[in-house]
Amino acid sequence: MVKLIVDTLLSQVRTLWLVFLKLFKKKDTVEYPDQQPYMFPRWRGRIILSRDPDGEERCVACNLCAVACPVDCIALQKGEMEDGRWYPEFFRINFSRCIMCGFCEEACPTNAIQLTPDFEMAEYVRQDMVWEKEDLLINGTGKYHDYNFYRVAGKQIAGKDKGEALNEATPVDVRSLLP
Amino acid sequence: MAKIVIDGIEYEVNPDNNLLQECLSQGLDLPYFCWHPCMGSVGACRQCAVKQYRDADDENGMLVMACMTPATDGSIISIADPQAKDMRERVIESLMISHPHDCPVCEEGGECHLQDMTLMSGHNYRRYDKKKVTHRNQYLGPFINHEMNRCITCYRCVRFYDDYAGGTDLAAQASHHHTYFGRHEEGVLESEFSGNLVEVCPTGVFTDKAFSEHYTRKWDLQTAPSVCTGCAVGCNTTPGERYGSLRRIVNRYNSEINGYFICDRGRFGFDYVNSEERIKIPLVKNGAEMEVVPAGELQPTIESFSGPGVIGIASPRASNESNFALRCLVGDENFYSGISDDEFESTQLILSLAKDTAFHSPSVREIEQADAVIVLGEDLTNVAPRIALALRQSVRNKAIELAKDCNIPTWQDAAVRELAQHDRSPLAILSSYATRLDDVASDTVIDGLEALAKIGSAIAAQISDKAPPANSAEESVGRIAEQLLNAKRPLVIAGSSSGSIALIQAAANIARALNEKRSSAIDLCLVVPEVNTVGMSMLVNANKTLGSALAKLQSGEVSKLIVLENDLYRRAAHKVVDAALDKADAVMVVDHMPTATTAKASCLLPSTTFSEHEATYVNYEGRAQLSFQVHRNHASAIPAWRWLSDQQHGDVDALINRCAEEAANFDKLDDLLPDLNQFVAGMKIPRQSHRYSGRTAMKANLNVHEPKQPVDDQSVMSFSMEGLPLSSDSPIVGSAWAPAWNSNQSISKFQEEINGDLKQGHTGELLIERNETGSYQELASNTGSANGGLQVAIAYQIFGSDELSAKSSTIQQRMTDAYVAISPADADALGLKQGDNVSLDGNGNIAVACIRSKIKQGTAALYCGDNEVDRYALGASVSLGKAADANLVRGIKGLIVSDLYEEGY
Repeated sequence: MVKLIVDTLLSQVRTLWLVFLKLFKKKDTVEYPDQQPYMFPRWRGRIILSRDPDGEERCVACNLCAVACPVDCIALQKGEMEDGRWYPEFFRINFSRCIMCGFCEEACPTNAIQLTPDFEMAEYVRQDMVWEKEDLLINGTGKYHDYNFYRVAGKQIAGKDKGEALNEATPVDVRSLLP
Repeated sequence: MAKIVIDGIEYEVNPDNNLLQECLSQGLDLPYFCWHPCMGSVGACRQCAVKQYRDADDENGMLVMACMTPATDGSIISIADPQAKDMRERVIESLMISHPHDCPVCEEGGECHLQDMTLMSGHNYRRYDKKKVTHRNQYLGPFINHEMNRCITCYRCVRFYDDYAGGTDLAAQASHHHTYFGRHEEGVLESEFSGNLVEVCPTGVFTDKAFSEHYTRKWDLQTAPSVCTGCAVGCNTTPGERYGSLRRIVNRYNSEINGYFICDRGRFGFDYVNSEERIKIPLVKNGAEMEVVPAGELQPTIESFSGPGVIGIASPRASNESNFALRCLVGDENFYSGISDDEFESTQLILSLAKDTAFHSPSVREIEQADAVIVLGEDLTNVAPRIALALRQSVRNKAIELAKDCNIPTWQDAAVRELAQHDRSPLAILSSYATRLDDVASDTVIDGLEALAKIGSAIAAQISDKAPPANSAEESVGRIAEQLLNAKRPLVIAGSSSGSIALIQAAANIARALNEKRSSAIDLCLVVPEVNTVGMSMLVNANKTLGSALAKLQSGEVSKLIVLENDLYRRAAHKVVDAALDKADAVMVVDHMPTATTAKASCLLPSTTFSEHEATYVNYEGRAQLSFQVHRNHASAIPAWRWLSDQQHGDVDALINRCAEEAANFDKLDDLLPDLNQFVAGMKIPRQSHRYSGRTAMKANLNVHEPKQPVDDQSVMSFSMEGLPLSSDSPIVGSAWAPAWNSNQSISKFQEEINGDLKQGHTGELLIERNETGSYQELASNTGSANGGLQVAIAYQIFGSDELSAKSSTIQQRMTDAYVAISPADADALGLKQGDNVSLDGNGNIAVACIRSKIKQGTAALYCGDNEVDRYALGASVSLGKAADANLVRGIKGLIVSDLYEEGY
C-alpha cells in the first residue's frame, strides 16, 4: 500500500519534470500562417497548366487527363489555332471534387498539367472551387523546364515545318525516282 | 465445316475463309492491318503472322501470314507461339519507325487500330534512332484531313477508294519507304464515299475534318444506335454528342444494309442539328406578328386545330410516329400525302409492286449478290448512294465466279482482280444523262425518259413473249435481255426520282418477264428519294394527294391546315402553295428548321431532329428500323408526334403499339421495340461509354452542385454511364468497343462471324407482305406535250438534293447552284457557254448552264439545287435563254460529273 502511494507520487513528479524540460526544447508546432511550412516540390497540391519553354500553352487538349481522372472533375474542349496547334477552348477543373491523386499529371503527354505544393485552396463559397483555364494557366514551365511537345512530335505547325521535328528527315519528294 | 486446332483447342471453321478471318470469327485476338472484312487479303503488312504446323508431330512449324493462308481442314496453328509473337512485335516496330508520335494531337487517338495493335503485339520502346521519313500533306476538301506522316502503308485506303468504291483520284505514289497515298495534286476527293477513309484507315492519315472542328474523343461521345435520314436506304449510323451538340456520325454495322460503309451525305450531313437557325420556341401569330407563347398556354391554340375542317399534310422526312400521330389527330380522310403528286403516284405503284409475289425487294447485301443488273432512269449515286456502292460490288461477281473456276479463294483480293482484269458482270444503265456508275456499266443508254421506258418494255418483250409487245431500235436490247435471262440472280432497279411512272412500269414488266422464265421471285429494287417516303405513303390513302389538299384549301372547303415537318414549296408549284396557304385561316407548322412553309405559319411549333427522339423509319424495301434518341434537346422542342398528341405524357412505345394495331401493314412495327424485361436485371443500356469523362466538371461552371442525371422514361437506354456494361452480347450496341479493341474494328467482336449478322440482331422488320399476283402493265403515256423546248429530266446531287443535309454547313461547302445540263449541240444552238446563267421559261427561275457531252440532244437535265428552282411550275419541256446577272454564288465549280464538256469553251 505504501509502495503504491510512493510510486504514484514519484510518477506525478517525474511527469511534471518532463513537461518542465519541454520548455527548453524546440517547438514542433509552427505559427501557421505567419510561418509557412516547407513543401516538397513533388507534393500533390493545386493543379496548374504550364507553358512550354517558348511561352506557348503546353496543353494540346488531348483529353487524357480528363479520362484518367477518377472523379471526372476535368472537362475541356479541343480547339485549333491558326498555326495548327491544338489548345483547350476551355479547361475546367472542379476542385471541390478533386482528390489530388495526380493521375492527370501522369497521363499528360506534354507535361502541361502539373500538381504544385500549394495546398491552400479553401473557399467560403463552393462555386469558387471551379477553376477555369484563366485560373489554371501559369506563365512558366513548372517542374519540367525543357520539354516542348511540338519539337518532338511530327505535327506541322507554323514555324516548324515537316521534317523539322526531332529525328526527322526532310520531306520526301514523291515524284523522285531516286532511292 | 472444317476443324482446325489453334493453340491446342479445336475449332469448327469455314474452310472457304482464311485463318485470320476465322481466328477473329472465333473471338481470338490476332493483330492485323491490311486485311479488311469487306476487301479481303493482300498480305501487305505482315502483321498477322502465326505458326502453322504440318501435323501433330511437327514441333518446329513455320511462320505463315494468317490472312494469306486458307483455313483448311486439319490445320494446326499457334497464335501464342513465341516466335510468331516475336515476329509480330518486330513487324510493328518496323512499321512504327517513321511514326510521328503525335497521338495527343491526332483525331484517331483513342480509337486507333494502330494504337490497339501496337499494344496487343507488345511493342513499347523505340530502338531505331535514325531519321524518320516525312511527307507533305495535301488539302483533300472539306471532309477529310490528311496527315501522311502517320501512314503505315497498309494500302487499305487505295484498296477501298479505288478498288471498292471506284474512285480515280487517290493513288499510291512513289515506292519503298517513300510510298505516299494522295491525289496527283491537292484538291477535293471526288468520291461520294471518301468519308469511309476515316474508318478504313487503321491510323490517323485520313481523319474527319468536320469532326476535328469540334473534336471529342470516342469515349466522351454520348451515342445510341441511329438510322441515317439522308435517303431511303436507311443505313445504320452511330451519331455522337458532347456538350449538347452533335459532333459526328460514323457507320454502324448492319449486315443487311450498309455493312461497313456509308456515303458522305450520311456522314457529314447532320450539323443542321446544331444550327443557330433551329426553331427553338413555339410561336403563335397575334395580328401580324409571331409571338412567343409559354408552353403552358399553347393548349387552346393547338386544340383549335382539331375537329372537322382541319387537314393534315404528312411528311416523307418525318418518322412513322409523327405521321401516324397526325393521322390520328385529323382522321385518315383528312390526312394527305406530303410529296408531289407525280411522286405520290409513282410511290403508290411502288407500294403495289411491293405486294406482288413475283418480286423480291433486295436488301443492299442482296444487291451486291446480283450478277446482272439493269437500272432504269435512276441516278443512284446521287439518289441512293449506298446502293450505287453495292452495284460496284455486284459487277465483281463475274470475277468471283472466274476465281472459283480456277480454285482461287475469293478472299485473295489481288489475285481475283488480276485474274478478272476488266471482266465484269453485266450492268446496264438506261438514263437521261451520264451517271457516276457508267465506268463499270457494260451498257449505257442515254435517251429521253419516254424513249427509255420504251427500250425497257422492248427488253421485257424480248425476255418473254407474254410481255406487251414492244420494239426498239436500240441495239443493246437483245444483249441486255440475254444477260438478264442468263444470270443466276438478275436485278432490276428503277424508282420514283426519275419522275417517270412509265419507267417503273417498264422495270416491273422486265422483272415479271424474268419471273415467268424462272419461277422464282425476281429482285426488283424500287428506290424512293427520302428516308420515310415509303412509311408515309403506307399511311396515306391512295387518293389523298397533295394537289387535292391544296385545291381544297384554295376553294375554301377547309380552312385549317397542319403541316408536319415539310416544306410544301419543294412539293408543288410555288404559286399553288402560296394560293392555298394564303387562303387558309390558320396554318400550324411543326418543324425544326425554318423553311418557306414555316414563314407562312400562324402557329409554329419546334420539333426535334432525328438524333433527339426515338423513331421508326421505313426504307426503300419496306424495312422498318428503330432509331434511338442520342441526346436531349435543351430548347423547348419536343418530338412532332408529341405536339400532335399528348405534349406532357406522350409515350413513344404506346404510340408505336397503337400504330402497329391500327395502321394497315404496320403490324410488325412493335416487334422493333426492345423489351426491357428481357435485359439482365432489367438494367437499361447506357448511352455513355464506361470511360465517359468530365461528369463532375462539364456543368460546374453553371453550378457546382451537380444536377441529377436526366432520366429517360421513354426508352430502354439511359442518359448516363449507368446500366448494363457493354459486352459482345449486349442487347443494344451504339458505339462498338471491346477490351483491347478501341477502334471500329472491334465490330468483329459483335458479329456472329466475320461479315455475319450482329449477335444483337437488329436488322429491322420487313413490313410489307407479298400476297398479291399482278400482271403486265401498259406504260403510262407522257401527258406533257413538247412545245418546242428541251425535254426536262430531273437531276439530283448527293450534296444538295436532300433537304436536311443541304442545311448542314459541311455539305454546303460541296454544294453547287441549280444547273441545267444540256448537250454541246443544244448549247451551240442557244448560244450558251459553260457556267452561263440561264433563265428557265423566263419566269424568274435561274440556273447555271452545264454543258455535258453525254446527254441526249433535246434533253435538259435540271438540278434544282436546294429548291432554288420552282420545278413544278415548269412543264415537261422548258425553253432556255441567257439570263442577266443573277445572285448565284456557288456556280457549278465543285460539280463532279465525268462528262463535263470543255472543248471550245
